[in-house]
Order: sequence, then C-alpha cells, then structure tokens
Amino acid sequence: MEPKDYLKDITEIKQLMNKSSRFISLSGLSGVLAGIYAIIGATVAYWLVEGYSDGTLILEGKTYGLVLLDLALIAFLSIVTAVVLTTKKAKKQDEKVWDNTSKRLVVNFLIPLLTGGIYILIVLNQQKYGLTAALMLIFYGLALINASKYSIGNIRYLGFIQTILGLICALFPDYGFWIWVLGFGVMHIIYGLWMHIKFDTNY
Amino acid sequence: MSIITNINKVFDHRIRLGIMSILMVNEYADFNTLKELLGATDGNLASHAKALEKATYISVEKQFIGRKPNTRYATTKLGRAAFKKHIDALEKLINTQ
Repeated sequence: MEPKDYLKDITEIKQLMNKSSRFISLSGLSGVLAGIYAIIGATVAYWLVEGYSDGTLILEGKTYGLVLLDLALIAFLSIVTAVVLTTKKAKKQDEKVWDNTSKRLVVNFLIPLLTGGIYILIVLNQQKYGLTAALMLIFYGLALINASKYSIGNIRYLGFIQTILGLICALFPDYGFWIWVLGFGVMHIIYGLWMHIKFDTNY
Repeated sequence: MSIITNINKVFDHRIRLGIMSILMVNEYADFNTLKELLGATDGNLASHAKALEKATYISVEKQFIGRKPNTRYATTKLGRAAFKKHIDALEKLINTQ
C-alpha cells in the first residue's frame, strides 16, 4: 500500500466513526433563534412582573401563570425551530433525520432535562421558587453535557457554561433573572453563531 | 524490527476497516445499517463480515424481528485490541513519512 492510502484509511475510519455514532445535522442557526426567543420571553416576563405585581411574584397570582405560559412558549418555539431547521439541514446533507444517532441524542438529552423539569415543578409547588433560574440552567447544562457524546459542535462546552452559570445563579439568587438571560439568551446566540459559521456554511 | 509487522492483514480492506470502525464506537450494528454506511453490496459485506468473524474479531448474532431475519454484529475484546494495534501502526507509518 502507498503511504497516501494509509492516510486515506485513517480519514475514512474517523469519518465512519463519527457518522455512525453522532448526529451531525444539528443546526447552529436554531441555537441563535432559541437565544432570541429567550431574550424576548425574558423581556415579557420582566415587564409582567415589574408592571403588574410591583416586582414580586406570588405562586397563586395571575402573573405567575402568565410567566409560566411565557416560559412554555419559549421552550415550545425553540423546539419547533430546532426540529424544522435540523430537518432542513439533514435533507441538504442527504442524511436521515430520525435514525439511531438522532434517537440516541434526543433520549440522552431528555433524561436530565425532564428530571430537572419535574424537580422544578415539585419545588415550585412547595413554594420554594427562589432557585428556579439556577435549577433550569443547571439541568439544561447537564442535559447538554449528557447529549454531547452523540453530536458535533462541542455542545459539551455550552453545557459546562450553563451548569457553571446555574451554580453562580444559586449563589446570587438576586441576579437570577439576569444570569438566566445571559445563559439562555446571550450564550445561545454566541454559541449558535459560532456553530453556524463552523458547521453550517461548509455545506 | 519493522513497524510494518503491526499492520494486520485481516484489516487490509476498505470494507473490513469500515465494519470495525463502526463497531468500535457502537455497541452493535445490524447488517442493513452497515450496508448503508459503507455503501457495500449484500454479498460483499457478508463475505468481509465472515472473514472478521472467522478471526473472532467480531461476533454475530442472528435473530428475528417479527418475521424478518436480523443479523447483529459487535466487536469482541480480541477484535478491539487488534484494531487499536492496527490503527497505532497506521499512524506511526504516516508520522514517519
């Protein structure tokens, strides 16, 4: 065998390993949009809380329900955007959207995320809502770290950033709102842009 | 001693390298998944899988899903060790050039 062939072998081995175990079509742009939704949603929540209940949030209040609805809307829109843009990208790359790699990615992402979501609902029902922003950031970060083995783009590092921000947020609950905006809004936009430039534009 | 000695003859084919690469990072893979990823024909893939099985580098598990026969492949401990050695040898060869 020629030396060139060995190099080709190694490249092909790496490609096959990635292709068979990682879902590569995650869209960076959907991260940017998720960040924008988060910032818009946070602005709405800020306006609701400051404007209608003098800066306090009571569990039984109408404002509380609206804030929850606002959060659910952010999550829903982010997921829909991610699914649509990722499907588009997969089609462009001639990859299947729903195969073993994407199934594994989704399952491993959802395990910490759903655990966290249920946990947050439980503590909210016990009237302890001081750490909600911190808990959201921590569990979301852990979900990203857990899912990163099955995708590209080092979403592992985004996971670390979110988890650390969550811990900082727990230390300074007074800044919870702003740290939440930093994590879910600003970090998503920065990371999504970086991923978009690095991975989306090559195709 | 030449570094060529660590190049494993059993892996000296694109399809066989491919099968091993996929199985190294996955718990198992079935015949059709391998076929799709490698872009090989049925006969071609089957014969190369057979060669790896004969060297006990991979294990084969045949079962039925509903009425369809399904063949699942996985690496053996021996196969993983042999493949790692082979990759190390390839990398060394590239680096010395």
